[in-house]
Amino acid sequence: MSVLNTPNPDAEDRGVEPLNEKSLRAQDVQEQRLLLSLATPAVLAVIAIVVIPVGWLFYLSFTGSDGQLSLVNYQKMIEYKSYARTFVTTFEVSILTTLICIMIGYPLAYFLAMLPERLAGFFMLAVLLPFWTSLLVRTYAWLVLLQKNGILNDFAMSIGLWDSPLKLVHNLTGTLIGMAHIMLPFLVLPLYGSMRKIQRDLMHAAANLGASPVQAFWKIYFPMSLSGMVAGSLIVFVLCLGFYVTPAVLGGGRVVMVATQITAILENQFNWGAASALGVVLLVVTMIILTIATKVFKLDAVLFGKR
Amino acid sequence: MSIQSNNLKTESSTALPIHVQDLTKKYGEMFALDSVNLDVKSGEFLTLLGPSGSGKTTLLMAIAGFNRPDSGSIRFGDEEVILKPPHKRDVGMVFQSYALFPHMTVAENIAFPLKLRGVSAAETAERVATALKTVQLDGLGDRDIEQLSGGQKQRVALARAFVFRPRILLMDEPLSALDKKLREQMQIELKHLHEQLGVTTVYVTHDQREALTMSDRIVVINKGQLTQIGTPNDIYNHPANAFVADFIGESTMLPLTHDGSGSLYFEDNLIKTNYKTSDAKEWSLVIRPERLTVVKDGQYDPEKTIVFSGVIREFIFQGETAFAMMSVNDKYTLSFRFGTDASSWQNALKPGDLISLGLNRSDVIVIPGGREL
Repeated sequence: MSVLNTPNPDAEDRGVEPLNEKSLRAQDVQEQRLLLSLATPAVLAVIAIVVIPVGWLFYLSFTGSDGQLSLVNYQKMIEYKSYARTFVTTFEVSILTTLICIMIGYPLAYFLAMLPERLAGFFMLAVLLPFWTSLLVRTYAWLVLLQKNGILNDFAMSIGLWDSPLKLVHNLTGTLIGMAHIMLPFLVLPLYGSMRKIQRDLMHAAANLGASPVQAFWKIYFPMSLSGMVAGSLIVFVLCLGFYVTPAVLGGGRVVMVATQITAILENQFNWGAASALGVVLLVVTMIILTIATKVFKLDAVLFGKR
Repeated sequence: MSIQSNNLKTESSTALPIHVQDLTKKYGEMFALDSVNLDVKSGEFLTLLGPSGSGKTTLLMAIAGFNRPDSGSIRFGDEEVILKPPHKRDVGMVFQSYALFPHMTVAENIAFPLKLRGVSAAETAERVATALKTVQLDGLGDRDIEQLSGGQKQRVALARAFVFRPRILLMDEPLSALDKKLREQMQIELKHLHEQLGVTTVYVTHDQREALTMSDRIVVINKGQLTQIGTPNDIYNHPANAFVADFIGESTMLPLTHDGSGSLYFEDNLIKTNYKTSDAKEWSLVIRPERLTVVKDGQYDPEKTIVFSGVIREFIFQGETAFAMMSVNDKYTLSFRFGTDASSWQNALKPGDLISLGLNRSDVIVIPGGREL
């Protein structure tokens, strides 16, 4: 505080209000209220489309077919093997998709981060383009490409890469190809962002201090890009857990994930309780995984903007 | 900074001279470096000084190995290094941005070059501690980089650059991010550190005052060419041309005419006799503002003093000195400075005052050419 701000001791003695104190505080309060009111629509929307439906789902999952409270839906999940299989498949597909995305996405993001910013923007379009086309269209496009007499098999056989058509679709392979394609931007964007923040001087410094390019990458660049990679991987992984369209179309009924199972239960049995229970278990498992990952990778800063 | 330890000292036999020969680097059609030749002596503190875009950083980066010149040679001692990648050059460098690794602690940053060189854990710990002590950061080894102030980061960057005892130390405007007071303090500290380490140091700055304060020699660079090389005293008192005179310190330049017999005149004032005038067609008189003094009629020796008379146009109080501009014949403007101690302050000048300023003949600086505009 500068000398000029020393309060006038006389003012306190006489019990006189500091100049304009009340009006200035009132302005503060008014500003905060204004900010709060800006958030109101979003808060209401979250309550209407997240809190209430999830709460209702939660309630339904604990309700038997007779409308009474019961654990029957959860008991079924333990009794029937197909449920366990669904969860295993879901995690298997999600983990594999995430790994494929990392393997393709890391070099891609690195390449983009090395380019001058304008050029990177152009190439980024290639990554973002899929975002602007319909998910369904993209998924069926993969079907056309990958099916038995599809473009890929025809082409590969015509140049002699393989002799009889490979089974590339209606199985795990097709599902993974389609999902990796759709999920890639979700990994590349945060990863690219964290890579862009790595100053080039740091790599120069590493080289100057005696690190070969490979050493500089593993000791400096990779650890610094890790937060972006983990954040992107988590987004991809969590999105995969609840994914429906692509596994349904490209899996051809052989890759049954939780979302597919939920649809089946609703369409075949019209059993809201059972479907809800699946949803609740998926939600809880996802939350547990996120919590652990956050702790292990110290992701607070990345995910919640904490310093 | 006091001398903490002798084992930091690079033995003078291993401090290496740098020989830069015909180094050229073009960006498009522009020469960033135009056939530069420079010898940095073993153990000296040499500053590359120039405006932004002059090529000083390009030269430093070429020495460090971060850019690839088009042609030329760089030798450390007898060894040609122009084709060597940066990680094999074994030079320490302090970056303008400090370039500290944010995911490592202070001690880990400083230990980084030692680990890469396979120094044992015990020796690494010892050398890191010594380096921290040298830059007056004892006990801060466990801090995160984020927790440090700008000045502390600067010191860590410095410690990291010399801890592996490089034979050459490069610094790219290392103090430019610090505030003025800290910067001036660090200048003195860096100078002492250099004396302590005895390592050949190449320092880049655009701050002429910093260059004058720290350097054994200064290289003035402009448009990719070396304009002048000399001690701070040489550069300030004997600028080679208008660019140097203008860039280093404050100056007024007045056009001179010669009488054909070796004497140079400003208006009717004889400035210098027996001047070898065959070198150039134009000459200028360079006047440093602080070398002018207010003189009263009849109270000076015309043999020793050149006198300019005119009208005060501008008068600015700047703390330790005051700055004024005097118009001569409404044609030329002379800047001058004087102290603000009470005795001279009482004679404070006002715009419109008629005064005479004297320049000691021994302070006359004549340069070929005129002011570049």
